[in-house]
Amino acid sequence: MALRTLVSRKTLGPWSRFHQQIRGLQTFTLPDLAYDYGALEPAISAEIMQLHHQKHHQTYITNYNKALEQLDDAIAKGDASTAVKLQSAIKFNGGGHVNHSIFWKNLAPTSEGGGEAPHGSLGWAIDQHFGSFEKLIAKMNTEGAGVQGSGWVWLAVDKELKRLVVETTANQDPLVTKGASLAPLVGIDVWEHAYYLQYKNVRPDYLKNIWKVINWKYASEIYEKECP
Amino acid sequence: MSWSCSNYLCLSSSSSSSSSLISSHELTRVNSCNLSCEYKEQRRKDPINIVAYNGLKPPSYKLDKPQKRKNHALKKPNNISAYYSLKPPSYKFDALEPYMSKRTLEVHWGEHHRAYVDTLNKYLSKNDVLYGYTMDELLKVTYNNGNPLPEFNVAAQVWNHDFFWESMQPGGGNLPILGLMEQIEKDFGSFANFRQDFIESAMSLFGSGWVWLVLKRNEKRLAIATTTNAVTPLVWDDIPLLSLDMWEHAYYRDYKNDRVKYANVFMDHLVSWNAVLGRMARAQAFVNLGEPKIPVA
Ligand SMILES: [Fe+2]
Ligand SMILES: [Fe+2]
Repeated sequence: MALRTLVSRKTLGPWSRFHQQIRGLQTFTLPDLAYDYGALEPAISAEIMQLHHQKHHQTYITNYNKALEQLDDAIAKGDASTAVKLQSAIKFNGGGHVNHSIFWKNLAPTSEGGGEAPHGSLGWAIDQHFGSFEKLIAKMNTEGAGVQGSGWVWLAVDKELKRLVVETTANQDPLVTKGASLAPLVGIDVWEHAYYLQYKNVRPDYLKNIWKVINWKYASEIYEKECP
Repeated sequence: MSWSCSNYLCLSSSSSSSSSLISSHELTRVNSCNLSCEYKEQRRKDPINIVAYNGLKPPSYKLDKPQKRKNHALKKPNNISAYYSLKPPSYKFDALEPYMSKRTLEVHWGEHHRAYVDTLNKYLSKNDVLYGYTMDELLKVTYNNGNPLPEFNVAAQVWNHDFFWESMQPGGGNLPILGLMEQIEKDFGSFANFRQDFIESAMSLFGSGWVWLVLKRNEKRLAIATTTNAVTPLVWDDIPLLSLDMWEHAYYRDYKNDRVKYANVFMDHLVSWNAVLGRMARAQAFVNLGEPKIPVA
């Protein structure tokens, strides 16, 4: 996750630069993608990727930073009610940033291994918990299609129970809201902005096609790290 | 300001708070009654059907008001394939250009709205218990005290979209007229305040949902409400007067992620204050908004 301190922000005057520095508030910036916007075609169009990254993810980051600055101010002033009021904006925009940062890593062009089923310990764990790789995909497709309105469907590993689970979250709730010991392996965005321009209201088709560009190598690395 | 048109409108509407949709739903009920009689007739002649009919499994959940079943659940004939129809907007698809594109309406009405209608009909063909409810009853029962059944999400979206199409009109925008403006000024301070509240509420939604202008029955005042996903204020017994679809599919083709612009354009160029006025007049059959005006003798 890209982090940098407010100190480096050009827009701030010298006084506020100093002011921010002593408080050490960090803000977030848009992470780069490891592939071109058009590299996931035909599964996901370049137009969707570009808007999704440059507009949607950027807006979550902008509003997250804004909310964090306001929270910082509120705490400095001892203004508890404002601090509490900011929580929903922080959860939504911070969640949007966290979720999308994972999502970009979950995708890879077919030429770079996107869609290749996982081998090693993750592949084995999937067979053990879901019966087969195909059954896992079918389960995630069903759960993802069933999300009302906007949200996410996840393949996660429960670090304590050492087992794989499929979860859904509403809106931009991050996976951690479903359990502190859950680590996300694959998160699929089922907001309309993730597929509308290409798939209109046929979310199941989007879900069916996205598996062609899922980066299982990344998911395996996380799995091996979280569940050695 | 008195509502000179309200009596007339009340006479022509049914005793329900929904909009012009009623007529088509009532029709559906009438049809289903007729068909139901035919069915009973047929069943007498054809005992095999009885076995098949009685063999249907009851749903795995309990209805919130089981006694309603006796009153409303009609015997379902086997040959019904559609219960609700996809009602087209009262204007042409290109009539809201350039503020809402023809393509947006074609997809939003022709695919999203249609899919909600189709899925609802599919549910109703499988769920004997919900068969025969009016739309309002169906929404209240399937809302299930805030734990919506799958049927709720599609039924409410059918209702919401019918209501949304008629919340807009070509050449909309402008300002509310007559007593509606007075009521808005009374309850929001000014029209500008109302407008700002409405747009800020739209921006406060963290996901898919709707913004509404409602008339609150008990408080006897106008209010702005937001609902998430498919929820409609009908389930809280508020009377909806105006709605704005804030699902991404409603604006994505025309405005991408610029929700502020979409909401502002809706207010400036699309909202049908005529429709709101008519709904308000009907609503006043249920909510008394002021002292009656007694003509001077
Ligand atoms: Fe997204
Ligand atoms: Fe919609």
